Amino acid sequence: MATDSDVESVFAGREERSPLKKVQYFLHLYPTTIPFLVLLIGIVVFGVVVGDRFFHPFNLSLVLQQVTVIALLAVGQTMVILVAGIDLSVGAIMVLSSVVMGRFAVVMGWPPELALMAGLAVGAACGFLNGLLITSLRLPPFIVTLGTWSIFESINFLYSKNETLRQQDVEAVAPLLQFTGHSIRLTDIIPLDFLRGGVLTFGSVLMIFVAIVVSYVLTRTMFGRHVYASGDDPEAARLVGINVRFTLLKVYTCAGLICGFAGWVLIGRIGAVSPNAGYNANLDSITAVVIGGTSLFGGRGAIIGTLFGALIVGIFRNGLALAGLQNNWQNLTVGALIIVAVALDQWIRRVSV
Amino acid sequence: MSPLATIRTPLPVLQARGLVKRFGRVVAIDEADFDLMPGEVLAVIGDNGAGKTTMIKALVGAIEPDAGEIVMDGAPVHFRSPIEARSAGIETVYQNLALSPALSVAENMFLGRERRIPGWRGRFLRTLDRGGMRREARQRLSDLGILTVQNVDLPVEALSGGQRQGVAVARATAFGTRVVVMDEPTAALGVKESRRVLELILDVKARGMSIILISHNMPHVFEVADRIHIHRLGRRVAVIRPEDHEMSDAVAIMTGAMEPPKTDPIPFVRTDRPRQEGQTS
Ligand SMILES: Nc1ncnc2c1ncn2[C@@H]1O[C@H](COP(=O)(O)OP(=O)(O)O)[C@@H](O)[C@H]1O
Ligand SMILES: [Mg+2]
Repeated sequence: MATDSDVESVFAGREERSPLKKVQYFLHLYPTTIPFLVLLIGIVVFGVVVGDRFFHPFNLSLVLQQVTVIALLAVGQTMVILVAGIDLSVGAIMVLSSVVMGRFAVVMGWPPELALMAGLAVGAACGFLNGLLITSLRLPPFIVTLGTWSIFESINFLYSKNETLRQQDVEAVAPLLQFTGHSIRLTDIIPLDFLRGGVLTFGSVLMIFVAIVVSYVLTRTMFGRHVYASGDDPEAARLVGINVRFTLLKVYTCAGLICGFAGWVLIGRIGAVSPNAGYNANLDSITAVVIGGTSLFGGRGAIIGTLFGALIVGIFRNGLALAGLQNNWQNLTVGALIIVAVALDQWIRRVSV
Repeated sequence: MSPLATIRTPLPVLQARGLVKRFGRVVAIDEADFDLMPGEVLAVIGDNGAGKTTMIKALVGAIEPDAGEIVMDGAPVHFRSPIEARSAGIETVYQNLALSPALSVAENMFLGRERRIPGWRGRFLRTLDRGGMRREARQRLSDLGILTVQNVDLPVEALSGGQRQGVAVARATAFGTRVVVMDEPTAALGVKESRRVLELILDVKARGMSIILISHNMPHVFEVADRIHIHRLGRRVAVIRPEDHEMSDAVAIMTGAMEPPKTDPIPFVRTDRPRQEGQTS
């Protein structure tokens, strides 16, 4: 029998590491550190450069409102990217869901609650279709969702006849659909003077709630473990008895459902129901996920990182705009952030003892 | 008279006859037979590409054979997934380890058979008992003398090749109740680590389980094996006892340089009753 000291030396030995290695190792264990630091630095820098206008509660709640839709889509996108997939159709699913909600309520006269349910069901069904094509035909997710992106978008235009439902019309028959756009004053929740002017929309509350639920599922449940394992090494997952294809199917369906919720939030944000809304939302959601530190190779990442990622994009765009730098400079910065995030991910993944 | 009553030798744990598996035009296993007796260490040797890995994958439900029969404890089994073989008490250390690199050591130990917390959250949300799994992983690893205690939260990819192999071996030996299959478990290991795995194999045997050990290391094979199954060109060509043959004979049979010796066949026992859960022979 081996003695204790033998055992230690046999399987446990670890040598000293250089400081850079230690950083790499730390980031490997806590990958959300980077998006958190970037967010913090962004807030401090813009706070210094732009000053009070940036820190004004009204401005910060505007940022939150602006990122809510993308953040919600990005939560669904995170699940998909964790299984080493990609969903290019999230924006199209979101808009289709919102159009179904709007037309069912306004044009067909369904009760708003049922119209809402129908929109969510359409979202989940679209996600299910993506998952089915990917798992049963074994096609790459990029190609499948590139195709369904066009398909869902076309269905959306055909079904809506490219017609926008006006804000007043929605408000008249289905105020529920605009509920996500309503807000409460922060001072009503926490009566502190420096919060004056800040508001929280119910859409943001819904987004945070969905993020908490998904985060719980991913980190605390069996399904969550199987999501990470399926994305990390599908063959290993299969050999330990995980049904990888069924896990993927569930992930895409959940993502579709979350897109449905995003459709509801979208109606609240713009008031009307427009088949032309949400342009670029799919790419923006991927941007948030990637900047949030989730690996495009699957198996590693976290919802909290994605929320940081969405906020980083929002804060940088807002801060640069307040500093007088227009759209092109904002896009340039976001582009640079994406590349830095992916490069860092590659570096962190190379860690080994 | 029942067929079980007619045999004098103990009932084999796992048997297979005429296993075939093709990958496209490659015939990976070609009418392979297999016998594993209770409480024995059966070594499986053969050249690279002889079909050893494919055969054990067929036995443990990781792939579906195109033809052939498998019986466990005398009853036919059709494992449709490795999880079914696991619940029958068969654990496997795969050649590629089947670990999830980004997940921690503890998470890997319980992957696919996670513990849930009691109560409604465990039942309906399938909430993990993370603390319990971490404690148990730590306990089992230190019992086996594989890893030091603080390591169970590290992601597997932060471990060296040898440590990873240690985790895979520990997972299989900790959870196996009937059979532990190891496909080249010492391939990435140094001398001391290999010794530890050989000791583990004998520990497992002492606990009454059977072990299937695929290895290219002849001294190891001859040290621990009770019988040696020699595989060549997709099928079993001989079963020898290490005390009856030299290592050079085994290698010669394996490569086709020597005529395989005649061995008394182990009778194939198959009843038509389904296998009973938790049965021991
Ligand atoms: N998944 C697979 N797809 C195609 N061919 C395979 C696959 N697995 C094994 N083979 C082929 O089957 C033969 C037997 O392989 P294997 O069982 O791995 O042999 P061994 O473990 O004895 O080295 C080899 O020719 C190998 O190339
Ligand atoms: Mg092999």
